[in-house]
Amino acid sequence: MKLSREVIATEDKRKLQDISGEEVLSCYQCGKCSAGCAMTEAMDLLPHQVIRLLQLGQVEEALHSRTIWVCASCLACSARCPRGMNLPNVMESLRAQVLRPGDRSLNPADIPYELLEIIPEQALVAAFRKYT
Amino acid sequence: MKTGVFICHCGLNIGGVVDIPKVLESLSDYDSLGYVTDYRYMCSDPGQQLIKDAIRDKGLTGVVVAACSPAMHESTFRRVAEVAGLNPFRCEMANIREQCSWPHRGEPEKATEKASAIIRASLEKVRRNLELSSLSIPVTRQALVIGGGIAGMQAALDIADAGYKVTLVERLPYIGGHMAQLSETFPTLDCSQCILTPKSSEVGSHPNIDLFTNSEIHAISGYVGNFNVTIRRRTSYVNWDVCNGCGLCMEKCPVKRDSDFELGLAKTKAVSIAFPQAVPNRPVIDSEVCRHFTHGKCGVCEKVCPVGAIDFEQEDTFVDVKTGAIIVATGYDLHPKTKVGEYGYGVVKDVIDGLEFERLNSASGPTQGEIRRPSDGKIPKEIVFIQCVGSRDEENGYPYCSKICCMYTAKHARLYKHKVPDGQPYVFYMDIRAGGKGYEEFVQRTIEEEGVLYLRGRVSRVFEENGKTVVFGVDTLSNKKVEIYGDMVVLATAIIPSHGQTNLARLLKISTDEWGFLSEAHPKLRPVESLTRGIYIAGCAQAPKDIPDSVTQAGSAAAKVLALFSSDTLSHTPEVAFVDEELCRGCGLCIEACAYDARTLDVRRGLAVVNEVLCEGCGACQVACPSGATFQRNMDTAQVMSMIDAVI
Repeated sequence: MKLSREVIATEDKRKLQDISGEEVLSCYQCGKCSAGCAMTEAMDLLPHQVIRLLQLGQVEEALHSRTIWVCASCLACSARCPRGMNLPNVMESLRAQVLRPGDRSLNPADIPYELLEIIPEQALVAAFRKYT
Repeated sequence: MKTGVFICHCGLNIGGVVDIPKVLESLSDYDSLGYVTDYRYMCSDPGQQLIKDAIRDKGLTGVVVAACSPAMHESTFRRVAEVAGLNPFRCEMANIREQCSWPHRGEPEKATEKASAIIRASLEKVRRNLELSSLSIPVTRQALVIGGGIAGMQAALDIADAGYKVTLVERLPYIGGHMAQLSETFPTLDCSQCILTPKSSEVGSHPNIDLFTNSEIHAISGYVGNFNVTIRRRTSYVNWDVCNGCGLCMEKCPVKRDSDFELGLAKTKAVSIAFPQAVPNRPVIDSEVCRHFTHGKCGVCEKVCPVGAIDFEQEDTFVDVKTGAIIVATGYDLHPKTKVGEYGYGVVKDVIDGLEFERLNSASGPTQGEIRRPSDGKIPKEIVFIQCVGSRDEENGYPYCSKICCMYTAKHARLYKHKVPDGQPYVFYMDIRAGGKGYEEFVQRTIEEEGVLYLRGRVSRVFEENGKTVVFGVDTLSNKKVEIYGDMVVLATAIIPSHGQTNLARLLKISTDEWGFLSEAHPKLRPVESLTRGIYIAGCAQAPKDIPDSVTQAGSAAAKVLALFSSDTLSHTPEVAFVDEELCRGCGLCIEACAYDARTLDVRRGLAVVNEVLCEGCGACQVACPSGATFQRNMDTAQVMSMIDAVI
């Protein structure tokens, strides 16, 4: 990983900060978010690792991670974060960055009926937030 | 002879293991026992009263307190004995806690037997104890402070302000130490010079402070309250009494050399004052480069000096000083740069250390405070700070943490960002240790508000490529190797004791740790005292520390000195060695055995002599003496033998 002024302060990172309203540099990598995250088993990067990538300007890598989609926005992390960072906002801004080109969306009609029977409503709402 | 035995339960510490009624019973056959009793806490007020009453009522002539270590409470119980009218040296402690109940917790029967044996041995000792009285030593109420950095200055000022004379000896021609080289100080970013120079001038003009700069300790003898010190004042080739510090000599001197104060980042003249605010503001001629000494001609300074202060014939002078107490505050040096090969120090020009960066930052420094790299004077747009260079590196440096680097690196990165707003600082660190008032907040602000990028990991290599200073390292938080093509590197090199400190410690006969830092008498409870009475330590000479800690320790050492000066005599234990002059044949073996320099040979009489004040009563001489001429008071051979008999 080559680091430079240009890498650390990319346009992508600036955008992220604009959308999320969070300063990723304030994170001191204590891991409290990852320790309490209920979804980590399904994640490829732990939440704090996503933040670390952003600190290092490695936005592209963060955008490609599964983690940002697995995050259920349950807010356990932000409720506990000692630096007061709102991680779900950061995850949301990453998702927005992926979705903004508009090439991914969820059509309600495509959801199988059997799945609709068992899926929690919160998950549906979250899915629409993520994919529309 | 009527001896009383007082057995302490120490709560359950002793009482929970040793069967005290059984011990009491076992002593019943002992003759000349005047009184035996036990109590839950003998050191408490009622416990002490118990002893006092027994001494008075039973007419005891000796006391054995079976309790904890004498290091803990010997003085307490001896005071009790004295109050009750008994000679305090007829009171002994039998240690049945540290030497019995604690180590033998699992075997109470044996512990009970052992407690009884220890008490019997102490009874034997008391039986032959002489009535002694403490020795009295006169105190010279003047202090010596070695080292004129912030710690030494503070200590000197505190003692001088209390009304005592202080001699302050500094090796360099000026006082202020490393603090004089700093630009700003963390965490408040006060300008170092601004807070230091008022203190320096106060030291320079204080009626109670005798300032010896450009000087060092040549010889030292004596003991607490009575040290004799010879100070060697190195020649400056300038008569400082005449010189008015006008600086004309510096201006006209034709010989340039690297400035030590600027760490080689700027030039100065062969005759120079280190920096404009130096105290004393007097020049020194460097005879190694001065043309008068190297070529035998020149003498421009001599010609231009309006007061005729230049004196090429001047020689070192020696001054004798009597002092009662000594504070050692000799400060620190930085880990030799050349020893960190992989960081390119000494090879890559734009790799510098923290102190050099301070000079670059300083408004009075070689770049007037602009951050310009040494190789080509360009302003670095990307700068890499590397922490723990030599520190926390047991294999290639030192195992200890240098304590101040986390903070000064954060300060450096922040100052850089203030001066080069579009620049990017990087910091390679292992842990951020920011314990101190406002320190952690300072570091977090540096990261969050100034955008300094902290990378958790060490650096493997620093090298030069196409005018770039390249740093290869790792960020263990993201598990990625890192490459930075930067412009400049600043190393936070380890703090080590100032050069010459080991020799000075040897001269003063105080101990150092394996790295050369001065050892304190107790790491927690006696942190400013050395193991030698009358010698105190302060500042980085003891261990790496920052300015607030150095100042605090200096004040504390000064308070100890003032306590020593509170009376014109000191008392010393009389339980020291003495020589039977009839038996001594002057072989001198005791002199070799003595670790405290308390033994000398009276050549005229052919006898060994004890300096009772220096003697610590360790007994080494008694063991070494082949003629049986040396005894320790209240611990002579007959006593020791009868104590052994009582135990076996």
